[in-house]
This record gives sequence, C-alpha cells and structure tokens, in this order.
Amino acid sequence: MSTTESHNEAEIVVDPNAVSMTINGKSVTARKGEWIIAAADRTEDFIPRFCYHPRMESVGMCRQCLVEVEGPRGPMMVVSCMTPVAEGQVVRTDTDIVKRAQEGMIELLLANHPLDCPVCDKGGECPLQDQAFSHGPGESRYVEEKRHYEKPIPISGLVFLDRERCILCDRCTRFADEVAGDPLITFTHRGNNTQVMTFPDEPFASYFSGNTVQICPVGALTAEPYRFKARPWDLQQQESTCTTCSVGCRTVVQSSRDEILRYQGVDSDPVNWGWLCDRGRFNFQSTNSPNRLSTPLIKTESGLVAASWTVALDETARVLRHAQPGSIAILGGARGTNEDAWAWAQLADALGVDMRDAQLDDGLPAEIFGYPNATIDDACSAATVILLAPDLKEELPVLYLRLRGAAEKKKIRIIEITTHDSGLTRYAWKSLQYEPGHQAETVQQMLSTPEMQEQLGRGSVVVVAGRSNLSEAAHHTMAVVDTIATTVSQVSVLPVLRRANVRGALSLGLAPRGSTDAAAILEASANGKVDCLILLGADPLSDVPDADLARRGIAGARHIIAIDTFLNNSSAHADIVLPAAAYGEKDGTTTNLEGRVTNVAQSITPHATSRPDWMIAVELAALLDHDLDILTLQDIQTRITQTVGGFDGLSVSVAVRKNGILVSVPPISPLQVHHDAAVKRNAYEFRLVVARKLYDQAIGTAMSQSLAALAPGAGVFVHPHDLERVGAKDGSSVRVSNTTRSVILPVHASVAVTRGTAFVPFNQKGVDIRELLQATNGVTDVQIANIS
Amino acid sequence: MSRLTDAHVALANEIIGRYPRPKSALVPLLHLAQEQDGYITRDAMVHIGELVGVTSAEVYGTATFYEMFKFEPVGKYVVNICGTMSCALMGSEELMHHAEQRLGIKAGGTTPDGMFTLEHAECQAACTEAPCLQVNYRYRYRLTPADLDELIDDLSAERLTHEIPPHGTVAKVRQHIPSHRGVGVVAPELVTESPAWLNGKAAL
Ligand code: SF4
Ligand code: SF4
Ligand code: FES
Ligand code: FES
Repeated sequence: MSTTESHNEAEIVVDPNAVSMTINGKSVTARKGEWIIAAADRTEDFIPRFCYHPRMESVGMCRQCLVEVEGPRGPMMVVSCMTPVAEGQVVRTDTDIVKRAQEGMIELLLANHPLDCPVCDKGGECPLQDQAFSHGPGESRYVEEKRHYEKPIPISGLVFLDRERCILCDRCTRFADEVAGDPLITFTHRGNNTQVMTFPDEPFASYFSGNTVQICPVGALTAEPYRFKARPWDLQQQESTCTTCSVGCRTVVQSSRDEILRYQGVDSDPVNWGWLCDRGRFNFQSTNSPNRLSTPLIKTESGLVAASWTVALDETARVLRHAQPGSIAILGGARGTNEDAWAWAQLADALGVDMRDAQLDDGLPAEIFGYPNATIDDACSAATVILLAPDLKEELPVLYLRLRGAAEKKKIRIIEITTHDSGLTRYAWKSLQYEPGHQAETVQQMLSTPEMQEQLGRGSVVVVAGRSNLSEAAHHTMAVVDTIATTVSQVSVLPVLRRANVRGALSLGLAPRGSTDAAAILEASANGKVDCLILLGADPLSDVPDADLARRGIAGARHIIAIDTFLNNSSAHADIVLPAAAYGEKDGTTTNLEGRVTNVAQSITPHATSRPDWMIAVELAALLDHDLDILTLQDIQTRITQTVGGFDGLSVSVAVRKNGILVSVPPISPLQVHHDAAVKRNAYEFRLVVARKLYDQAIGTAMSQSLAALAPGAGVFVHPHDLERVGAKDGSSVRVSNTTRSVILPVHASVAVTRGTAFVPFNQKGVDIRELLQATNGVTDVQIANIS
Repeated sequence: MSRLTDAHVALANEIIGRYPRPKSALVPLLHLAQEQDGYITRDAMVHIGELVGVTSAEVYGTATFYEMFKFEPVGKYVVNICGTMSCALMGSEELMHHAEQRLGIKAGGTTPDGMFTLEHAECQAACTEAPCLQVNYRYRYRLTPADLDELIDDLSAERLTHEIPPHGTVAKVRQHIPSHRGVGVVAPELVTESPAWLNGKAAL
C-alpha cells in the first residue's frame, strides 16, 4: 500500500466521542455515554454482574458490579453498570474493598437462595453459581429460615418459574416490557415478598418468552422443552442460523447423544441482537419427531411402502427419463440451504426444466429484489419506514423486535399501510388502513399530503414489502411498492418473504422462468401438462392459497416425486417420497431476507436414512447421465462462488462468521408492474384478508409438541359493528361464502379489523378458508351469514 | 367479580383526565375499585388496565405493592390495631387479645358475618395517642378493652355509619377537579403552554 502524507493525516482523525480512562491501571479508550462495565468488557478484567445486559437499559438492581472509582474525596464505590465513563476516570475492579463489597452482595443474594444446584437445570452454566465461586465469600453467616414458595409453577405452556431461586434482577421483566413489548410478567408484592409473577391465571403468552429463560442469570426460569434433558457439560454445540423464517437469527444448536436439545440465541449485531422467537427456539422438537420419514417410500396398490434408496432413486430416474420434454416441474426449495437450491437448479437446467418456483403463490414475485436493497439495520436507522407487509410480529418476529425497538427509541418513524391493526400499529407514527384492492389510492393519498411529503423528505426511506394478504393478488403490493420507489427519493426496499431461504433459492436458480410461477405450474399440471411434479420440501395442498387449484394441480400431475422430512398433505399423494435431512442434520449456508449469507451447521446425524437435498440432486443427475461433477458440499460452494454473480465474495469461512456476508444478486428479470383499477365491493359483502399467525399448522410447529397447542384455530374476525350487522354473537358460527362455495367458521368481534373486511388466519386447524380463494381473482369478497 | 360500574367509569375517566399520562391514574382507580366492591376484584384490575392502557399484569404488580389494597373479600370494617413500640408499651397487645376474643377470630381473619376483619398494623403515626387503632383507616385513640367493646357494639349496630363508611371508601367527600384545570391526556414533553392553574405565571 502506498502511503502519502495526506492519507496519514486523514487517518489521525480524533474521535470526538472517545474518552480515555484507566481500569486497574491499564489505559482504555471508551465512548462517551458508555457505562464503565461495557468499557471493562473490552479488557481482560471481568466485573461480576447479574442484572446488567448490554441489549437492555441498565437498572442497577443487583449491585454485584460495584467497583471503585477515584473521586474528588478519594475512592468511592459505584455500580459500574450505571456509571458512565469519563475522561481521565480511574477505575479499580480488584481492590480489597471491591472484593469485600462483591462478596457481601453474593452473601446477600444467597440469603434466600435455596442452593438446589444439584437438581437445577442451570447448574454448570449459572452466573450465580459461577460468580458465587469466583466472587463470593465461600460461606454465609445467615442461619435464618429462607423464603419458601411453591416450586416451579408454569407461567405459560413453555416457561416454568421457581421463585425461590429468583434474585430479582429484573432481566426477564425488563425484557418483556422493554424488548418484547409484552409486559405480562412484572414484580408483584413488596419487600421480602417481592416476586416475579403474571396476572393471576393469565399465562405469559409472549412470542418471545424463551429469551427470558436464556437471560435469567439463575435457574428461576426454565423452558419446558429442555427441563431435565441434559447437563451443560454434556452438550455439544454448533453455531448456526435459524431457518424457521427469513430473518435468519443466529443460534447455537446444542445436542447431546445425537439429539438436538436446545437452541440459544447468539448476538449478531446486524440481525437478532441475541434474541429468538419461541417458534424458532422450540421447533427443534420436530427434528426429533417420531413421525419423521425414515426410508424412501414408493406408491403401490396398497399405498406407500418402504423401499431402499437404490430402488427409489432408480425409479425416480426412470420417471424423469420418461417424462415428455418440458413436462417436468419443480416446486419448492426455499426450506433448504443455498447449496440444496443450487444443486436442484443445476439438475433442473440439465433436464431442461422451465417450470420451477421456490414459492407457492404465497409470496411476492422475485422482481422485488430488483429495487435498491435495504438491510435490517438500514430499516432501523431510516428516517421513515413504510410497512407494506404482513404483521411482522406474526411472520418475522425478531424483525418486529428490531423495528419496534427503533420506533420506541424514536430512531425511526413508521408509516404502516395495512388492512388491520398489526403488532407494530401502536408504535407506528401513522397507521393507514385500507380495504384490499385500494392500497394504490391510500398510497397516492399518502404521498400527496404535505405532512407526509415533509416526513418522506427527511432522509432515507425503507419500504418493508411482503405479501400481507393471501386472498389478494401479489401484484397489488408490487404496484404500490413501485409507485413509492419511483416517486420518493432515497428509497430502498427490504423484502420480507417469509420462508427461510426463499431469497437464496430464488437467487440460485429456482425462480420462475418468465411468468410461469407456482400458480401457472399447478394450472398446467391440472391441464395434464405435467408428467412429473417434483415437490422439494413443498406442500402445495397446505400452502398454496387457492385450495382448489392446488388440488387440481396435484391430481393432474402424472407422477409426483416428493423430497421432504415428513409425509405431509401433498407428499402423501406422491409416487415416490425421498426422506430429506432436516435442519441441524446438514451443513450449508442460508440467505436471509436482506441477502445475508450465514452458515447452518450439522449437529446430529441425519434421521434414519435421510439425506440432504443437494445429495439427492447430485445422485439423480448421475443416474440421468448429467454428472454435475460434485462430490462434496465444498464443491458446490466453490461452484456457486465461481458462477453466481453476487455470491462471488462468498467462501464458507466467511459465512461461518457470526454476521455472515451480504450478497446482492442482480435482478432476475426487468420489472413489469401493472397497476389495476380498484375493484368495488358491494355493501353486503366483506372483503377478505387472510394472513398467517405465528403458530399454525406448518409442519415444524405441528410436529413440535410444545408449540402445536399454541395455534389459535380457525375463525373469522370482523369489526364489532359489522358483527352486529351480521346479527351474530361472538363465538357463534357463521357461513362465509363467495359466489360458488361456502365454509362455516366461528365468528369473533375485533376492533383491530377494518370495517367492511373480514380477517381469517391462514392454515389453522378447523375449516380451511382457502376453499374460498381463487388465484385468478385480484381480491376476494365474501358474504357472512348468521346461521345460529 | 365485577368490573367498574358505568358511574365509576365516568369518574375514572375524569380522574384519568387529571394526569398527563393515563397510567398515572392507576392507584386512584384501584381505590375506586376497592370502594365499589370492598376489595379489588380480578375483573376490576383487568378493566382498569383497559382504561389506562397497561396490561393486567402491570395493574396487579402495582396493586400488590400496597397493603391497603385487598384481593380477597374483607369485612365491612377493617380494624387495624397498632403493634409498634409506643402502642405496644401502652397495651396494644392486650387490646389485640381482647379483640380476638371478642370477635372470635385471629388477627388476619374475618368474622363469618362479614362485618369485621382484624389486622395487626405497624406504627400509624399516632404514637402520642397510644394505644391506637384504625377502623377503615379512621382513627380511634387511647383505647382500653372496654372502649374497644363499645366501638365494636356501635359498629355492629351500624351506629357509626355517618363517620365510618364501609371498607374501601377513602373519603366521603369526593375531590372534583373542573375539567379545564385537569392537565388532560397529553405527554408532558408535548406541552408548550403552562397549565391554567398557573394563571399565566411561568413555572418557578
Ligand atoms: S426470574 Fe430470573 S431473570 Fe427474572 S428477575 Fe428472577 S432472577 Fe432475574
Ligand atoms: S424470527 Fe425467524 S429466524 Fe428468528 S428465531 Fe424466529 S423463526 Fe427463527
Ligand atoms: S449488574 Fe450492575 S447493579 Fe446489577
Ligand atoms: S406506635 Fe402505634 S401509632 Fe406509632
């Protein structure tokens, strides 16, 4: 590197926020406003702590972090988690006085502690246990009777609370209030009786409850799925990425004796800040499910019967070989890794497959990636965030946490354009409700008001775009995103397609060719034009919004090959089912919604005979005389970096790093957005809104016993005035019908729903609303009739 | 189990209007609920949470901090006998024994007819009048066991209703703040003008 004088000068810029201080005699550079404990965490001197958590406000509850700071009247004791650094500050963490103070705190904290470590799940990874050894007096002067409470009480279906062990650090309660926005646990009572509690008989029903278990510094909070399963020293762990949704939270996967036992959140600064949602945290149970597919299955007269891999692959190759040219279709691929998607795309190319789509008509067209790309951090630091997305709390929970936090700290202003109140509505600067089909008018109006124009002119604007309503055509959203992108300056788009690796799959070759998307493929199949339909971890019968289309498509395919972890509604119709390795059973990389590539790690051996999807593609290619020249995962990764634009900087060693790397793949095809005129609804009808809840019948949830029961079940929600209009009582049954079909559902009043619309959660147990949806309709109008 | 009555909701809204943030009205509303039912019902806590915009758990957390709030039905008259130093020296222990005998309950208990709840209290700040007690937080000073008998007789015969309202009533005369003097529900940081009661004078 050549260095010139001017370069040198530029490098010696003094950070105006830098503060120099000493900790135990060593000089430390800190940032103005930082707490002493945070500065000390960058040195080798550890200050013990219980209540301090770098991602939450300091409260100074436990007083364990006392240190000595030189003051005008000599050294004084301060809590390092609430004392800011200062220029020239002299901090000591290891003097005798500090030691005595810290020992005293431990003695006090243990005064009421039951010391039941031998039967406590936290033992071995417990900050209280560890710091009682490292910073405690070793013995106690207390002989008095300790406080007694009923031993662990369930505070939700997932979390148990043992109040005897609690040291009242306020971490769980602070998390619930400050981070999750669900203050459903608080301190109750007073003095010696202070305890953490829910409202009597009301569960701690937060989508983020598992985080409190992870951050509790003692064994007071334990998670039902992990209780008494293992000791920390018996666990093996691998850093990985959650692939339950496309946020891509960093995790460690912990296993013992070849069984996954727990996920813990890892703090990735650009993504999840250490948090996980409960669905992502606890659905490892599905990997261990006894219902997993163990061997390949082949359809015979007596149904699907087990077969060997050799027979099943030969049979699959035979089917593929005999398919008419251009009559093979591939649906799915978004649930696997980048490597899986790429390998299948290679096989598809080799076989001349044009019909392919990683989505199931339930997302947005891949063109959404054609706009300037925003990251999660971009959204959380933009002047304005425009939400044209499903309820993020329900679909991409940790993204909700990030945006909620940014709005609460007044860092961003959220303008929400929605069909019904969402989790972010109460944090939005403006929430504009629209009737499906009329978003274009709402957006036009928004863009024309001076107040909004002023706001949008204040700096960068990030549009968070996703499929907010499954009973409405995706191009409605695309059209308004396009309007905003072309009229507002400094716009970028954060696409929020939900399936974990949908962005990776679409970028690596499983995007539709032209307009032949999943709906078109299923229509072609219904018309007898598909000889072989390959379902790559896809379940159209459960996920495609138009139930009738999915049924006709599945029925019309001459052969169906399913590669999946479970036998689901669709793979049950397959001619050949190949068992796939699940998350945690294979290595690879995944791409999150912002285009960030991180690794997923293998922690256990694949269940029974199951194999990673990429391996199946490679073997099939070989049988079909299209050798892909791939032997290992590394071969695929090398080929991806060599051949896929945007991925060229990728090497696994980089992706393994906690924060991964951002890739941006050039848009697949030019944007062609058509703007429809809004369709009018007649006054007797309701316009339908169908969207996902966090817990539904998705296989990973349904096969995890602790999550399955949390799905709310089917129902239709209307505004209380509309309920009156229908003449039905809350909870009674109503008939919901379009022009050709009807379903019967329980009805509920909800002020969150816009008048004139009806909200129905997607894929819930009970009657299936998808019976009323038609892919060809821009919007869906229904009548609701009281039948009781 | 009851929510606040319509009349109380109207009152509650007036109280909420006095504060810049609705949740500041939490404790006054808990008193209102206790006045209505003699204790704070579960439904009332849910209702108050709805009125001031916090979760039921937060209402519960705040309410349980205070010993004057009861979460189980108590007697119409809650008798708190002070047991702290001055009163103890002046015979409060004897008084308590006497009360227990007379009412047939232990401290902490409620008579089967629902008339009396007996409680042990810490210093009630009337040490010069020891031994003292409170009935529904109304003082009685320098009591002998005979005085206590008389008090219980009077209360049982409802002869003191003019002076001692049923448990939960904080004050018989309700404070009323005309709406123009209420701050109204406005976040303090958004207020630019000084409130009406400053009569245009700047704050100190
Ligand atoms: S339960 Fe755990 S996290 Fe919550 S206050 Fe107690 S010790 Fe802290
Ligand atoms: S938000 Fe998504 S990626 Fe994160 S833990 Fe939940 S399911 Fe997993
Ligand atoms: S860590 Fe500082 S007071 Fe608890
Ligand atoms: S000691 Fe009884 S009132 Fe103070």
